[in-house]
Amino acid sequence: MPDISLIATLALMVIKVLVITMILFMLPLPLTYVERKVAGHIQVRLGPWRVGPHGLLQPFADMIKLILKEDIVPDKADKFLFKLAPFMAMIPAFAVYAAIPFGDKWTIPFLDRQVSLYITDMNVGILYVLAISGLGVYGLIFGGWSSNSKYALIGGLRSSAQMISYEIAVSFSAIGVVLLSKSLSLVEIVKHQGGTILHWNFFYLPVGPVWFFIFLIGATAEINRVPFDLPEDEGTLGAGFHTEYSGMRFAFFMLSEYVAMVTVSVMSVVLFFGGWNAPFNIPFVPPILWFIGKVILFIYFFMWLRFTLPRYRYDQLMTIGWKILIPVSLVNLIITGLMKI
Amino acid sequence: MEQIFFYIFATIAVLSAIGVISVRNPVHSAFYLMVTLLQVAAIFILLRSPFLAAVQVFIYVGAIMVLFLFAVMVLDIGKEELTEAFNQQSVIAIPAVVVMLALIAYMIIGGKLSAPVGGYTDGILIGHGTEVLGKELYTKYLFPFEVVSILLLVALVGAIVLVMKDRQG
Repeated sequence: MPDISLIATLALMVIKVLVITMILFMLPLPLTYVERKVAGHIQVRLGPWRVGPHGLLQPFADMIKLILKEDIVPDKADKFLFKLAPFMAMIPAFAVYAAIPFGDKWTIPFLDRQVSLYITDMNVGILYVLAISGLGVYGLIFGGWSSNSKYALIGGLRSSAQMISYEIAVSFSAIGVVLLSKSLSLVEIVKHQGGTILHWNFFYLPVGPVWFFIFLIGATAEINRVPFDLPEDEGTLGAGFHTEYSGMRFAFFMLSEYVAMVTVSVMSVVLFFGGWNAPFNIPFVPPILWFIGKVILFIYFFMWLRFTLPRYRYDQLMTIGWKILIPVSLVNLIITGLMKI
Repeated sequence: MEQIFFYIFATIAVLSAIGVISVRNPVHSAFYLMVTLLQVAAIFILLRSPFLAAVQVFIYVGAIMVLFLFAVMVLDIGKEELTEAFNQQSVIAIPAVVVMLALIAYMIIGGKLSAPVGGYTDGILIGHGTEVLGKELYTKYLFPFEVVSILLLVALVGAIVLVMKDRQG
């Protein structure tokens, strides 16, 4: 007979996983709406307007449309991988959240029981997040290849080459953060940035901001956001790797893309902007609100980028990755190491 | 409990490894190889080595397999070539595999495939495994570590030199 506390711990774990998964599943609803509204305002137009007041019900209309659409599998496609690819993009995007800390311990009122606002505190958390989020690219590669269409194939090829080129720079910035915070555990990294705003890794001058920009550029390329969205370059490739997808399978690709964008925002906050730590000592604001606020700022930043910047050419993308980001991170690594001696 | 998990991971790993060599399509092979590598990462976790597991996923599944796929997808292999790839090899391959399996079985049953258990307890390995590994690599095993890194560097430079020659000609 297992004792009560073990069952409680297990139940708590299951509840946490369910809550986080549900939140992530629901995320595209507000995010698509906000993204289109932001786009509208940046381009001086209204954005979604017809469905509901100020177009607020537009995401639900889109959801119904995506569910009801026919799921088309091309005749010449590789059926097995074609059907599997959307899930291979989606599962890693969700699995990353097993290691992400949203906050520290929190006591439930009236029950007197402490709950940690993360699923697990892995001692290799930062590596886990980088490794698992890197797996999402398989969905793009297999999806592009199995469609048996030239546009999709080129999209898949581009995403694999892009992934390999930028993963090096992102890993270097992770090494930089580990050097600054002296731990691989994400919870420890956030705790190390506690105190005032000047303890945040971003403000560890002069190397902090450089690591942050390396991470930001590399991560933007890894999640295929503008200005690095070459795998789905709609000007030249139709819709890139998901040209042949329709209905829910397409929706899964879109969902994983949004979740990946949130992951990058969350990781920027955790690694460089102090996680749930408050920048100033303001009473009565719970840490989780600081965390969510910072993440929302980053999400807005990515949307802003999307509707402001043009797309890079593919050779420019490779030049930025190999000839700028990697040498800069090598030099920065040496400086960080010298400063930490 | 751990044993059950080990057998689940091991079975999937072996089955997908068989998939790698028996499937005709190279992209499908790459897919099965990816599954095998993920199972190996899971077994690393059972062996109290989360660092190695994460690195396994990061390097092998996340980078090397993507590179493999990139190369395989660029190769345009028609259906005819795929069938021809399996010609007379089985005559030599089957006896060779049988002999190798017999040798491995002999080693395992004879207890010759074993290494001494290190001085670290479960607690240290789970909590400070990365620290232990790093300290050992950079103190006790510094020389082999440096040799390996020079070897990798030479391979890297060699690959670049091979490509450069083509371009000048």
